[in-house]
Amino acid sequence: MKADPAGVLTGAHYLDGDFACGEGAMAAGCRFTAGYPITPSTEVVERIARRFPTMGGLFIQMEDEMASMAAIVGASWTGTKTLTVTSGPGFSLMMENIGLAVMMETPCVVVNVQRGGPSTGLPTMTGQADMMQARWGSHGDYEIIALSPQSPQEAFDLMIDAFNLAELYRVPVLFMMDECVGHMTEKVVIPPAEEIEIVPRTLTSVPPGEYWPYHVNGKYVPEFARAGDGYRFHTTGLTHDERGYPDMSAECQEKCVHRLLEKIKNNADKIVRFDEEQTDGADVVVVSYGITARVARMGVDLARKKGLKVGIIRLIVVWPFPEKRIRELAGNIKAFVVPEINYGQMVLEVERCAAGQASAICVPHGGGGVHDPNDICEAIVRAAK
Amino acid sequence: MTTVTQQTEMVAEEHPIAPYLRMDRIPHIWCPTCGIGTAVKCFATALEETGVDLDKTAVVSGIGCTGRVAGYMKLDAFHTTHGRAIPFATGLKLGRPELLVIVFSGDGDLAGIGGNHFIHAARRNIDLLIIMVNNFIYGMTGGQNAPTTPLTARSSTMPFGNFERPFNLPHLAASCGATYVARWTSLHIRRLTKSFKEGIERKGFRFIEVIAPCSTLYARLNKLGTGFNLMRFYHDNAEICHGADTRDLGIDFQNKLICGKFVDEERPTFLESMHEHYNKILGDRYVPIPPEGGMIHG
Ligand SMILES: Cc1ncc(C[n+]2csc(CCOP(=O)(O)OP(=O)(O)O)c2C)c(N)n1
Ligand code: SF4
Ligand SMILES: [Mg+2]
Repeated sequence: MKADPAGVLTGAHYLDGDFACGEGAMAAGCRFTAGYPITPSTEVVERIARRFPTMGGLFIQMEDEMASMAAIVGASWTGTKTLTVTSGPGFSLMMENIGLAVMMETPCVVVNVQRGGPSTGLPTMTGQADMMQARWGSHGDYEIIALSPQSPQEAFDLMIDAFNLAELYRVPVLFMMDECVGHMTEKVVIPPAEEIEIVPRTLTSVPPGEYWPYHVNGKYVPEFARAGDGYRFHTTGLTHDERGYPDMSAECQEKCVHRLLEKIKNNADKIVRFDEEQTDGADVVVVSYGITARVARMGVDLARKKGLKVGIIRLIVVWPFPEKRIRELAGNIKAFVVPEINYGQMVLEVERCAAGQASAICVPHGGGGVHDPNDICEAIVRAAK
Repeated sequence: MTTVTQQTEMVAEEHPIAPYLRMDRIPHIWCPTCGIGTAVKCFATALEETGVDLDKTAVVSGIGCTGRVAGYMKLDAFHTTHGRAIPFATGLKLGRPELLVIVFSGDGDLAGIGGNHFIHAARRNIDLLIIMVNNFIYGMTGGQNAPTTPLTARSSTMPFGNFERPFNLPHLAASCGATYVARWTSLHIRRLTKSFKEGIERKGFRFIEVIAPCSTLYARLNKLGTGFNLMRFYHDNAEICHGADTRDLGIDFQNKLICGKFVDEERPTFLESMHEHYNKILGDRYVPIPPEGGMIHG
């Protein structure tokens, strides 16, 4: 369906990434946001807090990030689209209830405007060191969806995709921004509502009495009933059967968790998204995401000026990871070069998929700034040898 | 070979609260003479006697023996994470304001790990009925010390007796702004049911503490006899004092228990305050979240 015009601020704006992200959420139909202030993410909720009261939305500043996450999971069970926003320290606190959202199959979106860590780290400065936490941070086995925008425009555009993916797969979607993108101001064009395609919360057509919350009927994603419509369903963070009833058996665990993994894994081709450029005949392919993708492009331009054949893969959806494409490319190139503002996280995934066919070279940066494009160029030059 | 058992006069009378329970999940996991059961019975009776729209009633529990209540109630029922029942319920209530949302959980869950949410939800006057079964212990995990364990009482992590001062929960709730505060024991069947009914009918942050025996752990660790002995003891040592000063409601080990209704007043709820405020400031521009939820229908 088309976006609700009430949430769409159509026009050309000059916005920072945080504001654009908030606008994206509202355009996507988000009408409940709970959050706790933390730099460099707070502007997202400040934007929303200001605009929600005129569009039927409700923002509440909770007492901490555990409460914020729990509240958006609860609110999502009313059919309302929900969002919370944080940065590293708060992201850590959200992990348990992100797991609850995974287990209960609750659509919601969590924004992490990354800063330097560990701990309080660099509150006002950039980082990309929560990428593995996004994938593995909550306990137990699960699959997750995460996106990473490279500009304020993308912060808007991808936010709509994030909400749509959350609905399609009934999973929390993690929006992995970074402080640079969050705080950079650029032109953001917000299209008219009728040009924005959104996936609404689809309610089950099975009548109460015949409905079981996790009955999938051979599909991957169960049909949704919301609280207050007479279904009187039960849902739990415990391992559960199709009725949503706890079942503490290895068999039920296998069935329950397996589907949670498969619904993402077996749809990965549809979810995975990346930009690819000049990889045909390339010797080196640079893999990057977020703000680093823009810096890496400068490094690639420098290397190309030296006559090197360099391709680019820019991750847009970071989880699930584009395994297939990296595997294919690995057979044709010498090396992947992976700059990221951490000491080597997504490069591990590249290395795993390359499986020894091509090397995977990390270009680390500890955070607090972005790479010097010359360092990326040098890494490309070395990799091409 | 098939055996046919002839049961000519099988008694098919349903338990009066069966319609409120998920009978397909019975037998439940609770120990014999655990006090949680009577609290559930009173709650179901209160649902019946108030005649609330069960389709618009949701129950949220955290984790623990009491946390299993949500799993047995035939309502929209959410068994969440340890300590987070109140913020989860806050989301449910604010996401669909027409719902009646009840939190049913344990003392460790709501006052220990979830204590911060408890005081803030009371402060904001979120429209929630909080039913807390206080058995003075962490039952589910095997009898560890709780923030409610009375001084000198034994727990598995205070094997020489507890030396930490426990919470006086009605006082905590009242001082944070709860609109309704009551305490009963799990054997005050009629009074507890009446209190639940009032709790269901009132608005704002309503807190009802149910003093209940944990027969398997608290009773045993403290050599207090069976769960039934302890239930009787609590009942018989209850001193009913409506409107008591909440400062006087602390609980000593195996001593008198002051029960009653301590607070029953009206104060604008979070949503009412929000509507009033935005109506005043924004006028016609204010669009409240719809009672049936901020959902965009397909
Ligand atoms: C985050 C987290 N920490 C610890 C636990 C283990 N745990 C489960 S129930 C419980 C205590 C419950 O005590 P209470 O709320 O008093 O419930 P009761 O069993 O006494 O009814 C604990 C500590 C958990 N499930 N999650
Ligand atoms: S362990 Fe204690 S609280 Fe838990 S069911 Fe048994 S008696 Fe009740
Ligand atoms: Mg307890």
